[in-house]
Amino acid sequence: MIAKLAQMMPQINEFFFTLSGLVSISAGIRGLRNKKAPIGTFVFWTILGLMFIFGNTIIVSFKDTGAAVIGGGLFVLAALTLTKQVQAGEFEVQPLSEREASAKKLKNMIFWPAITLAVVAMGLAQIKLPYTAMVAGVSKTLTFTFSGAAAIGIASLVALLVGVLITKPNGKKIVDDSNRLVMLVGSAALLPQLLGALGSLFTSAGVGTVVSKMISSVIPSNSILIGVIIYVLGMVIFTMIMGNAFAAFSVITLGIGIPFVIAQGGNPAIVGALGMTAGFCGTLLTPMAANFNIVPGAVLETRNKYTIIKAQAPVALILIVAHIVLMLVLAF
Amino acid sequence: MPDWFTLIGVLIIILGFAFKVDVLAVVLVAGLATGLAAGMSVTAILAILGKAFVANRLMTIFLISFPVIAVIERYGLKEQSANLISKIKQASVGKVLALYTLIRWLAAAFSVRLGGHVQFVRPLILPMAQAAGVTKFERPLSDAEDEAIKGLSAASENYGNFYGQNIFPAASGVILIQGALVTAGYQVSLADIATASIPIGVIMLVVVFIQFTLFDRKMKSKVTKA
Repeated sequence: MIAKLAQMMPQINEFFFTLSGLVSISAGIRGLRNKKAPIGTFVFWTILGLMFIFGNTIIVSFKDTGAAVIGGGLFVLAALTLTKQVQAGEFEVQPLSEREASAKKLKNMIFWPAITLAVVAMGLAQIKLPYTAMVAGVSKTLTFTFSGAAAIGIASLVALLVGVLITKPNGKKIVDDSNRLVMLVGSAALLPQLLGALGSLFTSAGVGTVVSKMISSVIPSNSILIGVIIYVLGMVIFTMIMGNAFAAFSVITLGIGIPFVIAQGGNPAIVGALGMTAGFCGTLLTPMAANFNIVPGAVLETRNKYTIIKAQAPVALILIVAHIVLMLVLAF
Repeated sequence: MPDWFTLIGVLIIILGFAFKVDVLAVVLVAGLATGLAAGMSVTAILAILGKAFVANRLMTIFLISFPVIAVIERYGLKEQSANLISKIKQASVGKVLALYTLIRWLAAAFSVRLGGHVQFVRPLILPMAQAAGVTKFERPLSDAEDEAIKGLSAASENYGNFYGQNIFPAASGVILIQGALVTAGYQVSLADIATASIPIGVIMLVVVFIQFTLFDRKMKSKVTKA
């Protein structure tokens, strides 16, 4: 039973990616009613949705050619946003009194869908079940876990069911609201995915090695203080460039952390741990970490897309200094 | 071509963000330029981008929860959050967000996946923080305050998540740190790395609580002036 579920996980993932794709296509169709740029908006969300639904099949069936077609599709999407052909449409504004009346009627019941969404996603992510399977002809004990896509997907469906039961909503209006949310987040929605793709390209092109070679060629190798400062700042800056501390860690630790900090007597566990969290200070400061700093801005409807980074900047700067001090005090 | 030519992508990204050119276009052009500088063919670059894009679909799975958000917001979730928080007289923006950061941090440290800007902050934390601001000072929020509260609410999620996760010994970040160090010839244990991640987490909490307290004070000073 569990073994079968584990085997089906890839298909289950595709099912939820398909649903996400449909949410996107639904926004695309609504886009046709836009006053501004109806065609561009329709094409953008529809291509994105199709890439979600068929992306994996295309790559599995046509290998590199298929992947290149999807890569080309990304350029089409970028051409549309560059020429401002992707716009949020016009939506009917719901009167506040309607929401207040509903809140009065439902009281705290209205929290149940939100709590269900959070708790089910969280609960599924904790599940770890052992099962036995044949791996290369040998029976092995493996651990079953729900994928992130399955956990969020199942939680969303259950929460939607709870929401529908509690509110008995007007289906058309809900679809319209959902389309509005998609358009509101806009092209920022796919930025994290694109930046992930850019990171893969940077890695293939060897950008990290070039950076660490350049930095290590200019720093003196006999000062612990300078070594620590350069390692911490190197993690911060390279994370800001890559948008991801994990991607920066191996490169900067091998290039700077080990030769200039650990080799001078720094405790490896402490230097490594602080190196990673120093990178997280970079994450707080960069639009390249779009999934943490830019998309949430769109989701919370901030006026300025850098509002979150501005809020985080003072904390990040203080924590960078704290990292340098902690590394000097604790690791030596 | 000298190998530092591959840095052209980094340069394009920095210039693009600085001059606020369309982000999708900047990212793709940076990728294309980097690949070409490294001597790859256009099709190879497109294939790497396409493959990584599909492999990273999980990052955009949040679209699937939009219908849920649509239902609960249309039927008064924000208004009810406001009703609820207005009953707690001591609540303030800073206190709501400080409490969320603490809970998020503890959850991350125990690898409990509680959190998320879409799942938690938009439906629950932000409306509570906004309502706390309104209740506390009995006046509507100014646009600037509302914007600042949005920034801080999103930040509270990131703070707790980032500086809590590595306290859990089997966190992916901890495993990555150990892997890199062991490959380089340094034997370190997951537990040692996790323990070494605690002090900065505590410092983060102190710094963030100060930030939130200062925000409360700033809101208060505007009340007394007006």
